[in-house]
Amino acid sequence: MSLASAPSETVPTVYEQIASRGVSRREFLQFCGWMAACIGLDNTASAQIARALETKKRIPVVWMHFQECTCCSESFLRSSHPIVADILLDKISLDYSETLLAASGDQAEKCLHDTITKYKGEYLVLIEGSVPTGAEGAYCCVGGKSAEQILEEVAKDAKAVIAWGNCASSGCVQAAKPNPTGATPIHKLLHGKPLVNVQGCPPIAEVMAGVLVHLLTFDRIPQLDALGRPKAFYSRRVHDTCYRRPNYDAGLFVESFDDENARKGYCLYKMGCRGPTTYNSCGVIRWNGGVSFPIQAGHGCIGCSESNFWDQGPFYQRLASFPGFGIETTADQIGLGLGAATVAGIAAHAVMTNIRKRHDIGEHPGESSDLAPPSAAHEADRPKEDRS
Amino acid sequence: MSADHTAPIPHVSEFKRVYVWELPVRFYHWVNALCILVLTVTGILIAHPPAIASAAEASFGYWFGINRFIHFAFAYLFFFNFAFRIYWGFVGNRFADWRNFFPLRRAQFRQVVDVLRVDILQAQDKPIMAVGHNAVAYFTYFAMFWVFVFQVVSGFAMYASMSTSWFPQLFAWAVPLFGGDYALRAWHYNAMWFFGLFTVVHVYLVFYHDYVEGHGVMSSMVGGWKFLHADVLKGSGKSWFSTKPAPAPKPAPAPRR
Repeated sequence: MSLASAPSETVPTVYEQIASRGVSRREFLQFCGWMAACIGLDNTASAQIARALETKKRIPVVWMHFQECTCCSESFLRSSHPIVADILLDKISLDYSETLLAASGDQAEKCLHDTITKYKGEYLVLIEGSVPTGAEGAYCCVGGKSAEQILEEVAKDAKAVIAWGNCASSGCVQAAKPNPTGATPIHKLLHGKPLVNVQGCPPIAEVMAGVLVHLLTFDRIPQLDALGRPKAFYSRRVHDTCYRRPNYDAGLFVESFDDENARKGYCLYKMGCRGPTTYNSCGVIRWNGGVSFPIQAGHGCIGCSESNFWDQGPFYQRLASFPGFGIETTADQIGLGLGAATVAGIAAHAVMTNIRKRHDIGEHPGESSDLAPPSAAHEADRPKEDRS
Repeated sequence: MSADHTAPIPHVSEFKRVYVWELPVRFYHWVNALCILVLTVTGILIAHPPAIASAAEASFGYWFGINRFIHFAFAYLFFFNFAFRIYWGFVGNRFADWRNFFPLRRAQFRQVVDVLRVDILQAQDKPIMAVGHNAVAYFTYFAMFWVFVFQVVSGFAMYASMSTSWFPQLFAWAVPLFGGDYALRAWHYNAMWFFGLFTVVHVYLVFYHDYVEGHGVMSSMVGGWKFLHADVLKGSGKSWFSTKPAPAPKPAPAPRR
């Protein structure tokens, strides 16, 4: 059962499709090499990718939108490489997407239904957004069905599921405390399906494309980390690939956003940068065609490819607020408070000890040194003295 | 002081020297203390690096990297020292035995009440029969061992993705358990405060016991000996755990020449 197995003879291969749109052979091979590098494969893999795209048919895809802001779609469409956008529009066959669909109403519903019945076990489900489980799903309904019902229906016969962005991977802002709608990431609702969490708010376009090309080329999901993210893009911290890293190791930090250190481009660690705890490719692939990324623009990373990042604020403070205490109360303030209380308790105890235990303390009757019996050493010495 | 020593001395108990803390236990204690000190200081520096304004290029300096290296190196030392102490809980003497640390016996809980009454609230004044630690101390150390475990697991879990070594990878599961590095790091840092508070109380209580009881508690962690009333020792022969009776007194070793 191949991901790209042809549902019927009329479906063209991916390469045929893009060639018919005027993409030259040179551009095509360029793209394959670039993608291979992006996924973290060696040189020879570009030929493998080219071969896969030349021989395999388009994959039917449904792109679901639940609780989200469509920034994942926006990111994908704004990819620097023209073929990346074409992956969505041409190479894979996007049969259903609320945002990009021309059809509406019953027609749209029919598109979705046709795809998932006709291509059972072959289609991909790409999901943007979390699923609200509160109020029996009333917070997010499409065509009279709750997001949870739709997810169940659509994912049942899917080949694989890709969770785009932080919403689908870990709930993002709508799952932040107190999570009024019961926003739930896909991996908590869906079991027994190959699932990839393409983290970020939004994920980098090239990362999204890389995951899709990997699926196309190798017919299986890429290697994932413990949090379900593709290792090729999420195995290193932003910090470890940051061009400001030497400043960190040298202990050169920006102390405030308008100081001389900020102008010199020192490390933003003390400004609350989440780079040291965030796994993403921003420092390598960067954004908008490799132009820049937040830290390059002088702003710390906010950790958008990590779960619960909204609850780990304030963003401009390195230590998070301590749970259960007031806003901006850090562990240090609590620790110092406990320390002061401990020292006060000890002082009180020491005073009490000197009062209550005064009979135990100090010299007891008969313990004065001039009353002590001669020691063994003295006894031993004595005969010696006698001899001399 | 010629004839005085023959006169009866009033109210002086007979003291007996008891070898309580074996050399490996003392060694563990001081290595552990050093590790906690170094790890806390370097850890606070990692969390709150001081502002060192320098006009030099970053490539000329590496103090923060070195600081982190020391933290990681001492983390290894801390772990293996801790592992050694657990081993010693199975082969060491009865004061080092692992069963002391588990709050399972009724007698242990009775002593907890005694210690709270006598030493903490000072509602009563009576000697407490403890040759090793008292029950409150053992349980506190048991709780502290769990903080050790947490610090080891969380620390190496964060370190795992920076390392190609197999050892830290053993702990990598803790990252998804906490949802990510940031939360894990926050708790690793919060737990550090336990050591600060523990040290304050621990050092105070050692002073307190030495000051009030005069058993040489403080020096016992250097030489291993405590000086205890002979009549107290008589009652302390039985162990909390009946499976391992107190060892028969060994014959005195031949004096070394």
